[in-house]
Amino acid sequence: MDFRELSKLAYDLRKDTVDMIVAGKGGHIGGDMSVMETLVTLYFDQMNISPENMNDPDRDLFVMSKGHSVEAYYAVLAKKGFLDIKEVNEKFSKFGTQYIGHPNNKLPGIEMNSGSLGHGLPVCVGMALAGKMNKKNYRVYTVMGDGELAEGSVWEAAMAGHQYKLDNLCAIVDRNRLQISGNTEDVMGHDDLHERFKSFGWHVIDVADGNSIEQLHAAFEEAKQTKGQPTVLIANTVKGKGSAVMEDKAAWHHHVPTQEEYEQIMKDFEERKEQL
Amino acid sequence: MNKIPNRKAICDVLLKEAETDKDIVVLCSDSRGSASLAPFADAYPEQFVEMGIAEQDLVSVSAGLAHCGKKAFAASPACFLSTRSYEQCKIDVAYSNTNVKLIGISGGISYGALGMSHHSAQDIAAMSAIPNMRVYLPSDRFQTAKLVEALLKDEKPAYIRVGRNPVEDIYTEDNCPFEMDKATVLTEGTDAAIIACGEMVRPALEAAKLLEKDGIHATVLDMYCVKPLDKEAIVKAASNAKVVVTAEEHAPFGGLGSMVSQVVGAECPRKVLNIALPDAPVVSGTSQEVFDYYGMNAEGIAKAVKDALK
Repeated sequence: MDFRELSKLAYDLRKDTVDMIVAGKGGHIGGDMSVMETLVTLYFDQMNISPENMNDPDRDLFVMSKGHSVEAYYAVLAKKGFLDIKEVNEKFSKFGTQYIGHPNNKLPGIEMNSGSLGHGLPVCVGMALAGKMNKKNYRVYTVMGDGELAEGSVWEAAMAGHQYKLDNLCAIVDRNRLQISGNTEDVMGHDDLHERFKSFGWHVIDVADGNSIEQLHAAFEEAKQTKGQPTVLIANTVKGKGSAVMEDKAAWHHHVPTQEEYEQIMKDFEERKEQL
Repeated sequence: MNKIPNRKAICDVLLKEAETDKDIVVLCSDSRGSASLAPFADAYPEQFVEMGIAEQDLVSVSAGLAHCGKKAFAASPACFLSTRSYEQCKIDVAYSNTNVKLIGISGGISYGALGMSHHSAQDIAAMSAIPNMRVYLPSDRFQTAKLVEALLKDEKPAYIRVGRNPVEDIYTEDNCPFEMDKATVLTEGTDAAIIACGEMVRPALEAAKLLEKDGIHATVLDMYCVKPLDKEAIVKAASNAKVVVTAEEHAPFGGLGSMVSQVVGAECPRKVLNIALPDAPVVSGTSQEVFDYYGMNAEGIAKAVKDALK
């Protein structure tokens, strides 16, 4: 698929995601929307992963460190053929479901459980280290939220990623600048994120528009060419991306749209998609 | 007196197995010396990963390695491994079901005078409360070796706690009966059942000898498998006895004593006395000095049995 088609796909998956959240009466909608293009680029442009090779030791590995954005992840996994979107929508967040509000590896396509923040990067350091030890060529990816970077374990892993020269590891920060309590810079600021990762020995790529498939593609390609150190993409995204109803609004961290809001959001998605 | 600590017994097994099993990976948090794993790091540098003083990372990285087919052994002082890395143990190891063996070294009050920060009197309670986590406290070097050999054959998470100093042998090289997840019956008697784990097994056995002189016959169980607990052995030993005494190097809550009490209370009600560390910062001293102070020795255990029988 070309970039335009992938961009359109991201809007279709936004619709699936919002439907899931409305049906399940819960979900982290804001972060789902901001991370969508990152997931689409990884799963439909970058990673060597599919239901056919999900047990292949040479497959690329992905860990959703910001596990609360599981709805977007489910939508992408379903489109990729790992899950059935109809079943996910019916069962998400319901009593006894396996489609819970954070990733769990009982489901096909999900490598590791997450939900508690600051786990994805260190786990991926282990996976990337195993790749080096086993002389495999797979790549390892993880997406972290920007609020998540306050977890100390992230920085323990950042040190280890550099120490072991894990150039097969690529982290993405979904830099949407909002967390549950408000602006990230007011809660626990890190506007010097680029310098912080750089000082930890990482190759840092600023993605000016982290909701642009084209820009994300270019950044992932640059990461692949980077040798001797891990790469982090600082993807500058918009929380609630896709509709003015929820864009850049901290209150939409985990708000469930009303019927009226739902209709406006779906209309906005369609319009944005048409404009692509 | 034996001079080989249990931690060295672990290293010896790993050294031997790593010669042919290239999936074994040992990880330390600046703890290779404390863990007696320096010989492993020297012999197999490509199978050894140093994480620095970063215990959370130690556990998560182990989980990532295990997810990609490695047999990860994460060794760190039990105090840090069991509580500082607790969430990593819960999520990345137990919940994600990765093949990580967590080796808690210098457990209990091994670090004596270093104080509460270095004591791990909560690890049995903490680790046992995690679904899909097994908890083992081997009693001597021979049993430790058998346990590690057995753990190398499965792919499930486990936490193993060993002490810092050599402990007197319970078994011998040629006579170390071991069945995975089954307690070892050391003596049998119909007056009392003494159930112990880890470093408390030796004094439990000696207590039984002291009691024998007074005509009191005790069953002694080496309950190295704290989780899954060998309930069958507990019920059998307790049913055949008048009282039950547990002994462990742990806080008085949530450890072996609590677990045995649950089983005995439900299956074959008897008086149960728990010998454990106090619910307070532990007095400083060598392990033996501390154990003696709290009655966690042969005399103390024998006294508890006699008190219970009164």
